[in-house]
Formats: sequence, structure tokens, C-alpha cells
Amino acid sequence: MEDHEFGFRTRALHAGTPPDPATGARAMPIYLSSSFVFDSTEHAAELFALRTYGNIYSRIGNPTVAAFEERMASLEGGLGGVATASGLSAQLSAVLSIAQAGDHIVSAASLYGGTVTQFTVTLKRMGIDCTLVPGDDIAAFAAAVRPHTKLIFTETIGNPLGNIADLSALARVAHDAAIPLVVDNTFATPALCRPIEWGADIVTNSATKFIGGHGTVIGGIIVESGKFPWAAGKHPLLSEPSPGYHDMNFAETFGEFAFLMRARAEVLRDVGACLSPMNAWLLLQGLETLPLRMRAHVENARAIAAFLRERDEVAWINYAELDDSPYRALAQRYLPQGAGAIFTFGLRGGREAGRAFIEALELWSHLANVGDAKSLVIHPASTTHQQLTDSEMTAAGVTPEMVRLSVGLEDVADLIWDLENGLRAARAAAAVRA
Amino acid sequence: MILTTPSQRRDLLARSRTVAMVGASPNVIRPSYFVFSYLRTRGTLEVTPINPAVQDIDGVTAYPTLAAYAAERGAPDIVDVFRKASDAPQVAREAIAAGAKAIWFQYGVVNDEAIRLADEAGLDVVVDRCIKVESARFDGGLSVGGHNSGVISSRRAASRVTT
Repeated sequence: MEDHEFGFRTRALHAGTPPDPATGARAMPIYLSSSFVFDSTEHAAELFALRTYGNIYSRIGNPTVAAFEERMASLEGGLGGVATASGLSAQLSAVLSIAQAGDHIVSAASLYGGTVTQFTVTLKRMGIDCTLVPGDDIAAFAAAVRPHTKLIFTETIGNPLGNIADLSALARVAHDAAIPLVVDNTFATPALCRPIEWGADIVTNSATKFIGGHGTVIGGIIVESGKFPWAAGKHPLLSEPSPGYHDMNFAETFGEFAFLMRARAEVLRDVGACLSPMNAWLLLQGLETLPLRMRAHVENARAIAAFLRERDEVAWINYAELDDSPYRALAQRYLPQGAGAIFTFGLRGGREAGRAFIEALELWSHLANVGDAKSLVIHPASTTHQQLTDSEMTAAGVTPEMVRLSVGLEDVADLIWDLENGLRAARAAAAVRA
Repeated sequence: MILTTPSQRRDLLARSRTVAMVGASPNVIRPSYFVFSYLRTRGTLEVTPINPAVQDIDGVTAYPTLAAYAAERGAPDIVDVFRKASDAPQVAREAIAAGAKAIWFQYGVVNDEAIRLADEAGLDVVVDRCIKVESARFDGGLSVGGHNSGVISSRRAASRVTT
């Protein structure tokens, strides 16, 4: 091994997957085994005490899943990863690794609707309070921090508003309060933005989206930087004796690995939201082409935005690639290769025009997902964000006329042809209404 | 020589056989016990506790000092240091006297005088690293745990290992 810094595309193909030592298989094998035999009773004891590395049971760790974890950790620039059953379980596991009943978190308000309810309903039932603040108001994050606040959360690119988080500024606010910045990087992926390079401490991704990339499996991942001072005392779950592990102090025993070890050995072990090896294998396949796909996704999204911008039926577009976006400067700083391929626009004619538009589409799939190789469309107010209260919906930036696009990899002329049909239908619906 | 790159640490581990662990603890939740137990059960390095307060750890005879170890067992390949940073220069002097080939200062054991003493005496020096983590980086252990080993290779493991 030479001391060489490998590039992103090389790591997307190779990190975590040297040839299988047992067989020489070049592709990562799918280790579809629930459990793994011990070499001896002593080996078993060492494994259960977390003193040596190895596989016990696939809820806690699995070779194929570990390959995905290592590759994601490499791409995000972190110390390690813990894969989970979904993006939402990645977020939940990240929070539960450092917060408990009586604690508090602060989050940007413009989030995926499922995250808002996880934070404001489910975490609240578990005794963890959440304050949502406007994502652009850095001072509001600082003002919302309480003595028991354990983390600050944001999405790199907000869903569905398309707002770009000022990651460096948020990291400063978090670190001034001795707490970590947790960033969900799903819409950007590490191909376009690596939040750890901007000061984030923990990154979550819904791997279901661009990472898998083909709309197949559900999965999630937490990556941690290894740089946060967990031993400092602000996070007793990591710096005080753990009754779940013979009163071991994770920060003292594992140093920089404290968070990752607790996320796996206690939270993943006890919550049970693990990733299937089968799914991990598909996500590894997806990662191999992530850098190439993200470039093509962005290219198509820019062309679609340019097309929509010239159309009378379109009232507004929220896409940080556009010159008049309030997030243009932040996008140029944090997402220089492109502000992703998911954006929203408003149709003149409100809800009726939106309905007519979506129903007239032939090629774009109407469904509740993003980040597929195929182009997707949805009306957030009646679907992904419908469970929110009116004020939460306003805070999340969801309006009745809003349509969200996830631009895929088809021929862009075909995508535009289909959108033209949709816009014609929307114009007709708006005319009837007028 | 101060070893700073991954391949230097890998090569040091590959050419070493014996580790004298200064400050090894029999307390099963102490970091030094984790590292001792890992090295002992893994078996590729022969680890010995240096601790005047204990007879043995898990059946491995302890020596009270590095000098006592060297008198009976010869010079250790690596002296691994689990002591507070202010004690490090004294440990470095003892390691030099014992003829150690390398000294490994664990996480947080950072002392410029100790580093200089060992370096000037010709020892290989590793600073602020964990010998368990670095072993696991190159033998696949970190990867099993989903950690970022930094290792990229298309060679099968048997031919990658230099031992």
C-alpha cells in the first residue's frame, strides 16, 4: 500500500470492498447469514464485550452491510458508518445515540414531512422535545438552544423548499453550545456536498434516494466525523457509565469511536432497525455510479428548470441553480457542482392546475419518492406533507400550487415533451377556473 | 524516526513481534485492558503487561519495569505507552535503556520531550494513535466494524499482508 489519497470516483467503486479474502470474489458477496460462528468461547466473550472486531449477528453487523458502511464513511469523509433500515431510522438512531427523555433538540423547520413528525410527535412521546426554527435564521438556532439541548439538525438541501443550509454558520452555533451539528445529506449526496468538510459532526442519508439510485430498496446510514469531543461531558450517554455495557464509559474506552460504537452496540442492537445485507449490496451497486449519475441528474435538472422558467403557466421556481434564487450564493459555496436535481415550482391556477398537470403526464411517475434514475413528480401539499398542521406546512414552505420534481436520467427532450403536455392541461384547467 | 503515514505504521506492525505494554490494567473497562486483550487474543503480536501492581493479566506474566522485562525476555520490539503525558519522558528513557526498537504513544499521550528523546535515540516513534486501531486498520478489523480504514486495494488479503 502506498500512501496515496484516492479520489471520490475511485472510492465510490473501491472503498470497503477489497476482494473477498475467503474466496477472491471481486464483487462484494451478499453474506445472507443471520449469525456467525465463534472461533472459541474466549473469542465469543471478546466479541460480546466489544474488545475485538468481528461478526456476531446481522442485526448488529454484517460483512455486506459493513462494506456499505465503510464506503459511505469514505465518501462522506467520516470515521465510520452505521447503516439502518431507512433514512428515518438513521435519523432516529443518531438522535437516540446522544439524547434521552428530558433532552431537547433544535432543527430547521423546512424538512421532509416525515422528519417533522418524527421529531415533533414520536420523539416528543419519548420525552425528547424539539424546537423548529426557520432554516435561514442562524440567530434563531442559537436562541433556541437550552441547557439540555443535545444537537442541531438540518437538511443540506431542504425538502421541498430547496433551501440551502449555511453549514459553516450552523456548525459554529452548535460548537459554541458544545453540541454537534447533524446534517441530513439525502438531496445532495456526498457527490455534491460533504457536510463534514464544513464542520458537521454527524451526517445522515436516506440511501433509498440517489445512493441506491434506482428506486429499489429502502435504507439509511449515519456517518460520524470522529472529531466531536464526546468526553467533554455535555452528552452523558457517551461520557458516563453505561448500564447497557457493564458501566463502560464509551468516550473513555473508545475515544474517537465512542459515538459509532454506542450507535451500533446499544441503539442498533436495542432498536433493531438494521439494514438487510441484500439491500446493502444493491446500495453498494448504486454507489459505484453515484458521481456519474449525480452529474447527469444535475445536467437534466438545469435544462428542465431553464425550460419551465420560460413558460407562462409557471408562477415561480425554487431551485438554487437559478440566478434569482435567494439560495444561489449558498449553493455556489456548498454545492459548486450543482444544487441537486430535486426542485419545486408553482403553477398558475393553484391546486386545480396542479392536479390537471400531474394527471396529464405520461413519462414522469407520480409517486412519493425522490432520487430515482426515473423522473418523478408529486404534489407535496396532498401527499408527503399532508400530515403537517397548517403552520408546520407554511414553515416547511409547502403551498397548494407547489409541484415537486425529481429529475431523472431520461433524454431531456422526452422529459420536456411530457412537461409541455402537462402545462397545456394546467393552462386549460386554470382557464376553466377563471 | 517519527512515523506519520499509514504505510509506516503498517510496516512497523508487520516487522514487530513483541509488545511491552506500560500501564496495562487488569480492570476490564479500562482502555488499556481492551487493547491488551485484543492483542493477546488476536495473537500476531506477543503482548506483555508492564505494571508493578499486578502479577499477571489473564495469565500473562507482568513485569514491574521495562528493565525487568528486558533482563529476562530481551529488548521489546515495541513499547506501548498507556501513561499520562507527563510520565512519557521517563517511559521513553526506560524504553531506550531496554533497547526497544519502537515506542508507541497511545491516544492523548503527547509529550514533545518524550518524542524527541526516543527519536534521537533511533527508535521508531508513533504518537497519539492506538495500536489496536492501527492493527485493525490493516487486517480488516476496522472494516468489519463499518469504519473507514482508508485501505483501497484490488489485491486479495493474503497477498496484501506483508508478514
